[in-house]
Amino acid sequence: MSLDDNLFGIHGKALALRSQRLSLLASNIANASTPGYKARDIDFDAALKKATSAAGGTAASLSKAADDSMGYRVPLQPSLDGNTVELSTEQTLFAENAVKYRTTLSFLEGRLNTITRALKGE
Amino acid sequence: MSGSGPMNVFDIAGRAMSAQLMRLNTTASNMANAGNVTGSAATAYRAIKPVFESVTDSPGVSTVKVANVVTTSAQPTKRHDPNHPLADKNGDVWEAAVDSNAELIDMIETARMYQNNVQVLNTAKSLMMETIRIGK
Repeated sequence: MSLDDNLFGIHGKALALRSQRLSLLASNIANASTPGYKARDIDFDAALKKATSAAGGTAASLSKAADDSMGYRVPLQPSLDGNTVELSTEQTLFAENAVKYRTTLSFLEGRLNTITRALKGE
Repeated sequence: MSGSGPMNVFDIAGRAMSAQLMRLNTTASNMANAGNVTGSAATAYRAIKPVFESVTDSPGVSTVKVANVVTTSAQPTKRHDPNHPLADKNGDVWEAAVDSNAELIDMIETARMYQNNVQVLNTAKSLMMETIRIGK
């Protein structure tokens, strides 16, 4: 247990994973018209479970947890060019991920405010 | 990737935007030449199309680039028009091989894709700004 683990709890790791998922969903949206591109995503719950059970909160163990929980999206309606990006799905998940990123951020902010207040002795 | 370090969301969306812009340029070129008429099949304009290819950095993180721009195999249509100044000795002219309906649809799709990437960029930017301001 490092200091930042005590300080931020699960939220530090959650924020890092949310940011990783943001890149992944951005990649899917960027490749929406690339023939043969297969959309990928992270199973966030599984990734967070793996990341919290792993010893230490290093960047390497976090990205390993994300990589291990990555899968290919099953398209609702496959397109002829082999592309499995469905913009409606990706955009919804992107928006959801952004909102959850903000939620995690506000949890972190709450923790930081608590510590700051304790330090100031207000 | 732009410079060193892993690909970030700005690289991903930014490069996708450039690729879509290139697609828009080919559409503009095709539309501009849609009504063109020439005196031989060989010199007639043929539609051009970009070929998209994904560029992967780490697993799952990838952007898109234009691998090359190809000339489509559509053939120009021959039209008999003896009064046309460009007509050959048989009185034929060739119209550019451009399907303007398909081009217009392509244009709309390109604009949508571009907008999507702008949206991604804006969201990512505001999330990052909020992260920077944390604790203040």
